[in-house]
Amino acid sequence: MSEPIRAVPVRHYGRLVFLVALVAFLALAVWAFAGADIDYSVTLHFLTADTVLSGLGNTIVISVLAQALGIALGVVFAILGRSRYAEIRAFSAGYVWLFRGTPVIVQLLLWYNLSLVIDTVTLPGLGSWQTNELITPFVAALLGLGINEGAYMAEIVRAGIDSVDKGQTEAAQALGMSRLLTLRRVVLPQAMRVIVPPTGNEFVGMLKTSSLAYAIQYGELLQSAVKIYSNNLMIVELLLTVSIWYVVLTTVATVLQRFLERRYSKGVQR
Amino acid sequence: MTPVVRARGVRKSYGDTEVLSGIDLDVEPGAVACIIGPSGSGKSTFLRCVNHLEKIDAGRLEVDGRLVGYREHGGRLYELREREVAAQRRDIGMVFQRFNLFPHMTALENIMEAPCRVRREPKAVVRERALALLDRVGLGTRGDAYPAQLSGGQQQRVAIARALAMEPKLMLFDEPTSALDPELVGEVLDVMRDLATSGMTMLVVTHEIGFAREVGDSLVFLDGGTVVESGAPREVLADPSHERTRAFLSKVL
Repeated sequence: MSEPIRAVPVRHYGRLVFLVALVAFLALAVWAFAGADIDYSVTLHFLTADTVLSGLGNTIVISVLAQALGIALGVVFAILGRSRYAEIRAFSAGYVWLFRGTPVIVQLLLWYNLSLVIDTVTLPGLGSWQTNELITPFVAALLGLGINEGAYMAEIVRAGIDSVDKGQTEAAQALGMSRLLTLRRVVLPQAMRVIVPPTGNEFVGMLKTSSLAYAIQYGELLQSAVKIYSNNLMIVELLLTVSIWYVVLTTVATVLQRFLERRYSKGVQR
Repeated sequence: MTPVVRARGVRKSYGDTEVLSGIDLDVEPGAVACIIGPSGSGKSTFLRCVNHLEKIDAGRLEVDGRLVGYREHGGRLYELREREVAAQRRDIGMVFQRFNLFPHMTALENIMEAPCRVRREPKAVVRERALALLDRVGLGTRGDAYPAQLSGGQQQRVAIARALAMEPKLMLFDEPTSALDPELVGEVLDVMRDLATSGMTMLVVTHEIGFAREVGDSLVFLDGGTVVESGAPREVLADPSHERTRAFLSKVL
């Protein structure tokens, strides 16, 4: 019988130093927050206040709808960007260039103030509306966030389409499938594996970016906090309340993303 | 009888490089034509021209008496619309070197996809036919497997079944065994042999000289984008009349 090895393990001093520094830093942070004049019971109390819950609901609604609009626009513009016609490709590139090139807060404010550019909207035979009445905070937020998101999604979808082997398109063509059918049945389902992870990332971003809609009077989560703390002056307490909700939302979104990733890796990891 | 494939003076260039410099070739109905030649000789390119995956620059290329990719009217050629090109391709099956099965679909779904979506046949009918085809290529029990769960030889046999599901008049094979481990080549060649026996018209680009000799009705040796020699496989292989053919055969045999 040979002797079992009893060696002294390598000491990782760097790791120890890191741990000590981390603990010290966390202790400091906790000490700062504990010592500050913050009433945490207020933070917890407002978690389920009607105003906060309605803000939470609106944040979910606007994020989901704006992301959906963004995905739809992204797919359309990614496909246009692969068109045979140079004019259509340029149109797609121009959209991405413009909406990725300006801050989303500026876009939100522009949509909200659209009536300064176009004062009435007329559809021949259907009627005429004041732009002011059409562009509610909700509509402005949806257009601003969704159209901006579409520019980012177009790039993500494009990368996904490009990741699919050329042989797949050729095989589909050889079977007599049209370009659109090939895209829908063969290319996009495979591109999803590349598209889903960054899209989940985008949605997590959207949940928080939607707070910018606060600037155009849309009643989302952050606005609910501002509304309450401008009355009771419990600023940090209320900001912590909505922070808790944002973390909950992004955590749920992350779980959903993992689920979708597993679904679209069908036939790959087996 | 009209040949299924009829090529006259087919030319194709990529930029300054001429890949096909005037190909003449006929494939009669029910015949198996094999194309051999060194890599870069243009044999795969020619095959891809036959179903318009590549456009030809000059010459005439007809499948079943119809011009590939164009319509002739009053002495002028008109490019076909994409829909029309797709319709032409429906009658031409193609099998690729790297199988190109759809990885997100099972073997059965791969076979059923085009008949269901392109020809819009009822699912139940297609399913029956797909199962029969799987049986025919010896994979009757693997219908639910995804491509990644199948060996290369099995994948290629599914790919053949997928092409056959469209009931093509012509089958194109682009080096169908070149990406396979040596021990898996036989099972694919067996399926192709069976297909040839059943009377399918086939155009096969291959390095399998044995297959060409036994199954082929004609053999074409391509080099530098031209047909150097063609004829009955046994004669060409036993007694090549060109030095280039002899040199190539001495390397592969």
